[in-house]
Amino acid sequence: MKQKKIVLWIMVCMVMFISGTIAFSQEPAPIPPSEPEEAEVPPSVDPDVPSNVTAKDTPNDDGTSITVTWDIPPEDSGVVGYKILRNTNGGDFEEIGEQLTPLDTYDKREKINKYKDSKIVKDTSHAYIVRAIGANTTAESQQTAAVMAKAQWFHTGEIPLFISMLIFCAAIVGNVYYAKGGKDIFVRRIPGLEAVDEAIGRATEMGRSILYSTGLGGVSDVATIASMTILGQVARRTADYETPLRVPCKDPIVMNVLREMVKSSYLDEGRPDIYNEDNIFFITESQFAYAAGVDGIMLREKPAAIFLQGTFYAESLILAETGNSIGAIQIAGTDSEHQLPFFIAACDYTLIGEELYAASTYLSREPMLLGSLRGQDLGKLLIFVTMIAGVVLELIGINWITTLLQRVS
Amino acid sequence: MQVFGIWVAAFLTLCIYSFLYQDNPLYRFAEHLFVGISVGYGIVLSIHEGFIPLAWNPIWASLTGDSLSGLWKLIPIFFGLLFFARLSPRHTWLIRYPIAILIGFGAGIAIPNVLRANIFEQTRGTIEPFSVIHSQTTGTAVEVMPSGEFTVFIIGAVLMVIGVICTLTYFFFSVEHRGPISWLSKVGICFLMVGFGSAFGNTVMGRVTLLIQRVDFLLNTWIGSIF
Repeated sequence: MKQKKIVLWIMVCMVMFISGTIAFSQEPAPIPPSEPEEAEVPPSVDPDVPSNVTAKDTPNDDGTSITVTWDIPPEDSGVVGYKILRNTNGGDFEEIGEQLTPLDTYDKREKINKYKDSKIVKDTSHAYIVRAIGANTTAESQQTAAVMAKAQWFHTGEIPLFISMLIFCAAIVGNVYYAKGGKDIFVRRIPGLEAVDEAIGRATEMGRSILYSTGLGGVSDVATIASMTILGQVARRTADYETPLRVPCKDPIVMNVLREMVKSSYLDEGRPDIYNEDNIFFITESQFAYAAGVDGIMLREKPAAIFLQGTFYAESLILAETGNSIGAIQIAGTDSEHQLPFFIAACDYTLIGEELYAASTYLSREPMLLGSLRGQDLGKLLIFVTMIAGVVLELIGINWITTLLQRVS
Repeated sequence: MQVFGIWVAAFLTLCIYSFLYQDNPLYRFAEHLFVGISVGYGIVLSIHEGFIPLAWNPIWASLTGDSLSGLWKLIPIFFGLLFFARLSPRHTWLIRYPIAILIGFGAGIAIPNVLRANIFEQTRGTIEPFSVIHSQTTGTAVEVMPSGEFTVFIIGAVLMVIGVICTLTYFFFSVEHRGPISWLSKVGICFLMVGFGSAFGNTVMGRVTLLIQRVDFLLNTWIGSIF
């Protein structure tokens, strides 16, 4: 009876699915061709000659571009666009680019009064001519002085960002010393992390393995780095309990780092004998092939606990659903905000964004990490205060906080 | 040849979909084929887009005397080669140098961008609407908003500030969540869940589109090629 019901439901779903698909796959009705609009003929006036044309080495770059600027044309200049001509080491001028946006508004005119030439020949001087294009005629500017691009060691535009980074770093370093001085630092409860021991214990009792995925991030991803430190803590526990820990990797460099981290954890726990390098292995760099491979491992090995910590994209739900289908306890964590809903829906515990970064501190309670966490909280407090002060000041017409933030960003 | 390609694609699609029933030899075949091909393709891509233009060509140009600047590449190549130290148990420790460089370099590149995009831009975006509110109420705005639109704008700006402040409170880890902090963080969770709900719906719609595309291939391209 039950089987008949299931078959009936499957058939109903199939019929709905196929009919939906056919309906969606129908080609839309052709749109009748609209009457061609009459092209607006620009007035037949000679364009103004571009004035004040200058070519300068683009500041704060690696010496690979020159920026040409000229005055914004007046509204009745008759200019419909510009062509940029360049010569190399005093040779003939050649056309290298054009700015043909219709100049119907002041904003548009303002946007096209410069051209960044990113196709220069290194260690070579270039001169430029700007040719204004009118409806029927053109007008050329004077040739600019020859310019050679140079690389800059420092990006002066990033100084405000550098100062703000120094402030954040000072807060973190100060708190690290505070924590190292033996001061107790409180860390609030993170439910997902309290389940780590439960998950490892469950796998040990069931005699099954633990699967740990750091996702698709590279070695420089902040989430991957956070995931690596969590893996180090998980590996300490699996070393204690002698539970097999399997880590499929998407990036060969991440795999090497993970091997080092897990090996260190096993050494720290005095169990180098049970460390097996082959348990941390490379699958593939292709996103969905990786998902297919990890799914296959889940189904065949049936791990009792699955950790999905790091950067995930569209494969998040595929992995989490498969883990759910085999009845594994799943602890996920990511800072990819679009994947968090899927983890929340399909996993037992989920670390949301910043919780992933705090996780290693929570698990290890090392003074350095505790101090770093407190420093980050101070940074958040600073943002908190900036936001409230910014809102109040904006409401009374003072906008220096917004201007400062604009400069920094 | 094209028909053959369609048949192969349809067969592999069905093999992968057979996973919905349970693990089976067909799925395993498609999975291993997929993984194997992607690894092979990745290696070829690394050689043609990484090794040849970034390492081989500059070094060869230096050896032939075309451009000596390629010799600088020997430094990163040397550190890259240290990854092979893993093959010798006595020299495995050498691998820590390229790893340290990679993580340090990666974090150095990532942190300023994270600060800029996730902190300063977001903070500015939350504050800026209040400048519009000020200009609208004091009559200094270039374009005056209709009163209904302005009311909605004010509600949106205030909700945004409340949402950001409450959500930020949830992510304070070194403070116990009691009293007002607890309340603020609970409101923050509500905002998070609303955000996740909308992201969930949005992404599911995208995935359904992908499914439709695949089924469209099976029904129209594949079955269509038979009849």
